[in-house]
Amino acid sequence: MKLKVVDGAGSHHELDALPGWRVMEIIRDWDLPIKAECGGACACATCHVYVDDEWLDRLPQKDDEEVDQLAYLPDRRPNSRLSCQMLMSDELDGLKVTLAPGSMR
Amino acid sequence: MRGTNQRTDAIIIGAGPCGLFAVFELGLLGLSAHLIDILDKPGGQCAELYPEKPIYDIPAWPVISGQELTDRLMEQIKPFEPVFHLGEMAESLGKTPDGMWQMTTDAGTVIQAPVVVIAAGGGSFVPKKPMLAEIDAYEGESVFYAVRRIESFRGKRIIIAGGGDSALDWTLNLQPVAERVTLVHHRDGFRAAPHSVARMKELAGAGAIDFVIGKLNGLVGDAPNLSGVAVTDSAGDRVLAADRFLAFFGLTMKLGPIAEFGLNFSENLIPVDTEKFETSVPGIFAIGDINNYPGKLKLILSGFHEAALMAQAAFQRCRPGERLRFQYTTSSTQLQQRLKVA
Repeated sequence: MKLKVVDGAGSHHELDALPGWRVMEIIRDWDLPIKAECGGACACATCHVYVDDEWLDRLPQKDDEEVDQLAYLPDRRPNSRLSCQMLMSDELDGLKVTLAPGSMR
Repeated sequence: MRGTNQRTDAIIIGAGPCGLFAVFELGLLGLSAHLIDILDKPGGQCAELYPEKPIYDIPAWPVISGQELTDRLMEQIKPFEPVFHLGEMAESLGKTPDGMWQMTTDAGTVIQAPVVVIAAGGGSFVPKKPMLAEIDAYEGESVFYAVRRIESFRGKRIIIAGGGDSALDWTLNLQPVAERVTLVHHRDGFRAAPHSVARMKELAGAGAIDFVIGKLNGLVGDAPNLSGVAVTDSAGDRVLAADRFLAFFGLTMKLGPIAEFGLNFSENLIPVDTEKFETSVPGIFAIGDINNYPGKLKLILSGFHEAALMAQAAFQRCRPGERLRFQYTTSSTQLQQRLKVA
């Protein structure tokens, strides 16, 4: 199972992922420079990513907490998501995301 | 305890779990401590970011919430009577002529000690700012991210933005003194105590405040003086007249002034040795999430271990020439006296 990540320098990474893991956890596990300050509590919005358009419809809906966190982000875009709120699954094998500037270490 | 010169054994920056447990380990060795934290409560991230989130990897606690862990640590360190300087930021560090560290906070508190312990986690919490053009130009005069003095809002037309407890609480608290309070949130749902939400709705229903579900577009007026806040809601684009704008969009972490303390940093972390957890500057230690060393794990339990070893080295600095005896709390009368149980 793969997760594709574009970092701040524009470099592409293809990461081995595991089902059930949060996208944020996979990015952190591979040592890409994501802040993820609160560790997955949906409390800080520092694991913000942009999801490639082709994947947007396949993602689970945002819950209210994620909507609130995203609403306050200065670099938010229509394809913004918090990577701690997306769990890898067979349907998301190959998911491609780009780290948002405000969430990089 | 603001604005006074104080003396202690260890100045701890950060009152998160590691800073709190450092008080315990120092206290067992007979060393006193002052803690400085920018938050108005102890607990650090545990209390601010995830008070209700269950933690499963604290030894002997199969599950404990961030707030409960904080409460237990506060209970555990009570015998050592730590002095807290909450709502203050450790701002500058210098040395006295007799070789003591001297820490000054942004509130003017001055503390002297032979040892400084940096337990600052991810840095200091600072407010998140709304993305509105030129907002910096209004800050401090008409735009605020906290209420320091309610009186300064008396008779003002206030726009409050946000959907958490702070936004709700200040809507309710400022309503009696303000000329008018308007709460703006992007949806009709809140992450706040249900009774506050109910009270806000009651006031809005009675016409005592305005509640606008909409999006913030910008600030209007000759900066730093505000005349209104531009919003878009179901009625379209409009400007809400206002003298003050308060935004409560949560907190984020920034390294802050500790970056200027003359310590080595590597990728915003402080390298330490793994015997004493001392930084590149003798007498300044770093424990918990802020430090780094080969094999470092950012776990609360690692921070506890680091606190224990740091305390051993801190003792040597605070009590030069005295012999440090290793003792167990189960058997040592001296330790039990310090714990106020014997």
